[in-house]
Amino acid sequence: MHAVLYSLLPACGVAVYFFGPSALSVLLIATLGCLATEAVCQRLMGQPVTLADGSAAITGVLLAFNLPPSSPWWLTLLGAVIAIAIGKQVYGGLGSNPFNPALVARVVLLISFPVQMTTWSAPAPLGSGLDLVTTATPLAEWKNAVMLTGQLPDEMQGSMANYFLGNMPGCLGEVSALALLLGAAYLFYRRVLTWHIPTAFVGTVVLLSGLFWLINPAKYPNPVFHLLTGGLILGAFYMATDMVTTPVSTKGMLLFGIGCGLLTVLIRLFGGYPEGVSFAILLMNAATPLIDRYLRPHTFGVLAGKA
Amino acid sequence: MKLKTFAGGIHPPDNKQWSSHKAIEDCPLPAEFVVPLAQHIGAPSVACVEIGQHVAKGQEIGTAKGFVSVPVHAPTSGEVIAIEYRSHPWGPSLPAIVIKSDGDDRWSTELQPADPADLSANDMIERVRQAGVVGMGGAAFPAHVKMSPPPEKKVRTLIFNGVECEPYLTADHRMMLEEPERILQGMALLQSVFGAERVVIGIEANKSDAIALFEKHCLGTAVEVVALKVKYPQGAEKQLIAAVTGKEVPSGGLPMDIGVAVHNVSTAAAVTDAVIHGRPLIERICTVTGPAIREPKNLRIRIGTLLSHLVEVCGGLVEQPGKIVLGGPMMGFTQLGFNAPATKGTSGLLLLRTQDIDPRPEGPCIRCARCVQACPIRIMPTTIAAYARRNLLAEAAEYCAMDCIECGSCSYVCPAAIPLVQSIRYGKAAILAEKRKSS
Repeated sequence: MHAVLYSLLPACGVAVYFFGPSALSVLLIATLGCLATEAVCQRLMGQPVTLADGSAAITGVLLAFNLPPSSPWWLTLLGAVIAIAIGKQVYGGLGSNPFNPALVARVVLLISFPVQMTTWSAPAPLGSGLDLVTTATPLAEWKNAVMLTGQLPDEMQGSMANYFLGNMPGCLGEVSALALLLGAAYLFYRRVLTWHIPTAFVGTVVLLSGLFWLINPAKYPNPVFHLLTGGLILGAFYMATDMVTTPVSTKGMLLFGIGCGLLTVLIRLFGGYPEGVSFAILLMNAATPLIDRYLRPHTFGVLAGKA
Repeated sequence: MKLKTFAGGIHPPDNKQWSSHKAIEDCPLPAEFVVPLAQHIGAPSVACVEIGQHVAKGQEIGTAKGFVSVPVHAPTSGEVIAIEYRSHPWGPSLPAIVIKSDGDDRWSTELQPADPADLSANDMIERVRQAGVVGMGGAAFPAHVKMSPPPEKKVRTLIFNGVECEPYLTADHRMMLEEPERILQGMALLQSVFGAERVVIGIEANKSDAIALFEKHCLGTAVEVVALKVKYPQGAEKQLIAAVTGKEVPSGGLPMDIGVAVHNVSTAAAVTDAVIHGRPLIERICTVTGPAIREPKNLRIRIGTLLSHLVEVCGGLVEQPGKIVLGGPMMGFTQLGFNAPATKGTSGLLLLRTQDIDPRPEGPCIRCARCVQACPIRIMPTTIAAYARRNLLAEAAEYCAMDCIECGSCSYVCPAAIPLVQSIRYGKAAILAEKRKSS
């Protein structure tokens, strides 16, 4: 599990570089909040305290990654308590929660505190002397333009290169595709990740958003834009691959990834929110027991017996 | 060359270097033998000698009871001094015949050699049955039963299992190197009994010397030597068949359902002894190995030799073992001590030190699915184990608990140290018990 923590370090670095001390404080409050909540819950339930397994710390970092850099301290702390207490411990702790704890917290906060959760800061790289100023994420920029004019904006603020590096407004851990992919490569190397869910998830988003883009490029952004902005890379490689809340069979994992991709594109293109990754993953988490039930591996010799 | 194999499985360290280079030695005879009446799958045999009676080596001392049963024989000449409950490798004490050796080691005069050319298939099967031959890879299923498929189940492919995929064990390996003729003769006899069209011997690639030797012996014959990828459980019957033929034995069925029969190489050697020499199964090769034994060896042992004697012959213990296993580390039986005797199925005695075993505390399942990927029979071990542990037997059965071959790959890969195969075994036994109760 500690490999996952290490893999998140590059993205932590990028967050602190672009968003400065406020990113650092969100990261610290979320992580410490999750660790403290886990310890308190386990103490109250008379169970051994298992902070050393790293899972609460991972939830903390992933929660921070899913929050705006400008999140006030109480919002972050509340998120940490929700993630661990309601997202995980009420179900029986590690291994028993049906939903990704960090995403449960993010969605509760998003629905309860929409203003704080959608106030975005433009990046102000360390040493640039810039202050964090409020702006819109690329996805919101596009969505607002489409809602107002029915068309893509004439000119976007960011470029694809900046999106890739993370030089754009967004949740503090989702901005840099580069840093996230570096961490993911390490996880593949350590064999913590398998390719099934990320490939199915990203592949579906690219194919489906590409289809809409081909139909009407004036209204729908191209697949690369979908890939690099918002939380797709973070979601596909770190949130949708949480083993506890995803299917165990290969076929089940592929279906899970495809479902996540489908829901993400539908929400982004036709939903009320500009971003749909977290809702998509949570909905597929809910479908996981069903997928595990109906998409089991074919037991050795079962097909042979029927033939 | 691309090696044949099956899907799934694991790669434990094979640890065969302890004994793979050691030539087979005859184990000195102990003064006393304990011969259990139950050494095979099926009905135990029934004692047919009395206390005080003198028996000759190879004389029948326990009679088979029913079709799925085999007789047991005296491992040496001597006197029956007790018929009583004794420690048994399976766990509980079971009835056994205790023989005090007279030191002569004199064969029974009733055993007759035969020329296979004069024997019909049924004669050969009967000689194998009388000799008490069982599958010697570990399962100890009576060989004559396997040799008598119903007429509608024609065996076209006969596979000989020289895989020995259990880590540490080298008994079959040494036998293949040192006694290939005994194995090849038995293979030919079994081929004539089955009338099989295709004969294959499968050997794991880590025994390249045995592969080369058999390729030399089989040159110009119809026997195919198939080198198999080193992977556990490559030697499990269904996995070996899948690797060699590309076909899967139907769920709940037997190899004969797809026209295949599998016999261990050491079973083939025992068939040679039985059919040609008229000699019953009273000895086998057993690997005594592991870091806790002073001098690992491959021994030719008589059935009924106490484990304590084997330890003594191998120079004694380096230190008090942390675990004593009869068979290999993956599927063997853990023993409480050295009081039990070696039986027909005893392929090895493994002695591990305390530091060789890894008693991690059990953690929660995080559904990492490594057990699902490793399972060679493609069931979902974590799901079945969870049901079994809650006594939800119908659910466990629905998830194909009964298909489990108990190879232990799931427990081996589990990062949370959950006793998966142990829980599934419990579930299988409970499901069978329910079935018996309701029928």
